[in-house]
Amino acid sequence: MTALKELLYKIADDQLIIGHRNSEWTGFGPLLEEDIAFSSMAQDKVGQSYALYQLLNTLGEPPPDTVAFMREASLFRNCQLVELPNGEYDFSLVRHFLFDTAEALRFEMLIQSSHIPLADLARKIRGELRYHTLHANTWIRQLGSATEESITRLQQSLEFALPYALGIFEPSPYEDALIDQRIFAGEQALYTRWQEVVEDVLRPTQLSLPAWGSITPRLGGRQGQHTEHLTSLLDEMSEVFRIDPAAEW
Amino acid sequence: MYGGGITFDGAGADTLASEDPVRLQAFEARIERGEKIEPTDWMPALYRRQLIRMIEQHAHSEIIGALPEGTWITRAPGFKRKLSLMAKVQDEVGHAQLLYSAAETLGKTREEMITDLISGKSKYSNIFNYPAYTWADACFISWLVDAGAIVNQLANAKGSYGPYCRALERICAEESFHLKYGHHCVIYLAAGTQQQRAMFQEALNRWWPPMMHFFGPADKISDHTRILMKWKVKMATNDAMRNQFLDMYVPKIRELGFTIPDPMLAKNPETGVWDYTEPDWEEFKRVIQGDGPCNRERLDVRRIAEARGRWVREALRSPRAVYSMPLA
Repeated sequence: MTALKELLYKIADDQLIIGHRNSEWTGFGPLLEEDIAFSSMAQDKVGQSYALYQLLNTLGEPPPDTVAFMREASLFRNCQLVELPNGEYDFSLVRHFLFDTAEALRFEMLIQSSHIPLADLARKIRGELRYHTLHANTWIRQLGSATEESITRLQQSLEFALPYALGIFEPSPYEDALIDQRIFAGEQALYTRWQEVVEDVLRPTQLSLPAWGSITPRLGGRQGQHTEHLTSLLDEMSEVFRIDPAAEW
Repeated sequence: MYGGGITFDGAGADTLASEDPVRLQAFEARIERGEKIEPTDWMPALYRRQLIRMIEQHAHSEIIGALPEGTWITRAPGFKRKLSLMAKVQDEVGHAQLLYSAAETLGKTREEMITDLISGKSKYSNIFNYPAYTWADACFISWLVDAGAIVNQLANAKGSYGPYCRALERICAEESFHLKYGHHCVIYLAAGTQQQRAMFQEALNRWWPPMMHFFGPADKISDHTRILMKWKVKMATNDAMRNQFLDMYVPKIRELGFTIPDPMLAKNPETGVWDYTEPDWEEFKRVIQGDGPCNRERLDVRRIAEARGRWVREALRSPRAVYSMPLA
């Protein structure tokens, strides 16, 4: 059961933190349509994290609000990619592309999970993520082939984000157990499929990928090692909740 | 109401005199019969200009209004509130999108409108120049500022310009959920701990004066105002809307055990009209003119967002970009 919980925590934490970051675009997007799109994705992702924390709750973990709003940063299992600040739109877009490509594939794999409640949830989430990757791919292809500035910006953000993106696939101590029990086919399998899709989407653009082997992954997130940005994000997120955690808001 | 009074400033006395009297008469007869005016129909220049100004200021109020509440999305306590507030503020941005489109049907582009917002030439609802210090302020906005907006928008939805009316119908439907959400948040504060109750009482004390300003000062009934009412551009007086708001919400606020910070506030049993301490209209004017607690900050945020997003918009217009239909 520990292997399953660890898997659920890392996926749920990823969805919560990226959802929180996406919501920070509300009111600041480069055009209204993008404010609205990032807010939609934020709502999906925070909703997905809630559903995953509920699943954890049925496995004996504390309720979703407690887990999300009361844990310290070192107990979060998200990859570092999702906790980085939004920066400029080019970084947010590139992160959205790299991360959601991985998530869409992850949930597709999880539809086959031997843990039925997870497989059922994965089917629903996979449907929602289809729109997220559609959004990311459309924009990456558009901005990755448009002006000199847009191409340069996306290229720089891609090079900055890739080491963190490889941190998505940081193996868990329970990889073998997850694979043996057919709960999840494992990070390595996901990484291989992800590389193919990323290459396919970028091919028609003027963006170039460095050789995969030349990228040093930024690991640690899955073990609770985070950048300072996660602490400040969590402080802000729980600011009101922690005034009185016993109160109902 | 939007832009508080600026909406109804001088019209240029000769505008109507230069209109074709036959067409003008036919136009007025259509409105009299309750028909809607559509973008390709003939309309007097004054009608067009007034509607652009009104719809544009309404649109600006939606995007600027997203800012004080938006800052609480990342702090909302618990999943339920976080998800609801995200959806609510997203709706507001969506309303801006609808309204800019409605105004564009009259001939002014969204880009021109945003430029006028940033330069300070066109205004937005004054209430968003006040800060939301605590979670309770965000709850006040969701419940009562949205309630005030609904009073105004329901009136305007019966106006004469088709695209604006249709946008408002949809907006009002969504706003009614915001109202429920805001009321729900305030009920939880009212029924919560002493600290939670105090939070909302303080928010109420802070926000009541701007709320009384919200509908604007009493209208000066000039010929200009009469024309706009005849054309169904202005559907209710500021005082009538304020009175309606007080009628609907003072009892609800008091029901929750909170004290409205105006000892004069009472409904006159003979006239059925609310008496209240006259709002400080000097402060109102000062804030409209740019000297409010947050005017600068609000416009700076918009200006920075526009500047930071410029390369994205340029890349969308680039002839080198090949838009390929996504495979859904």
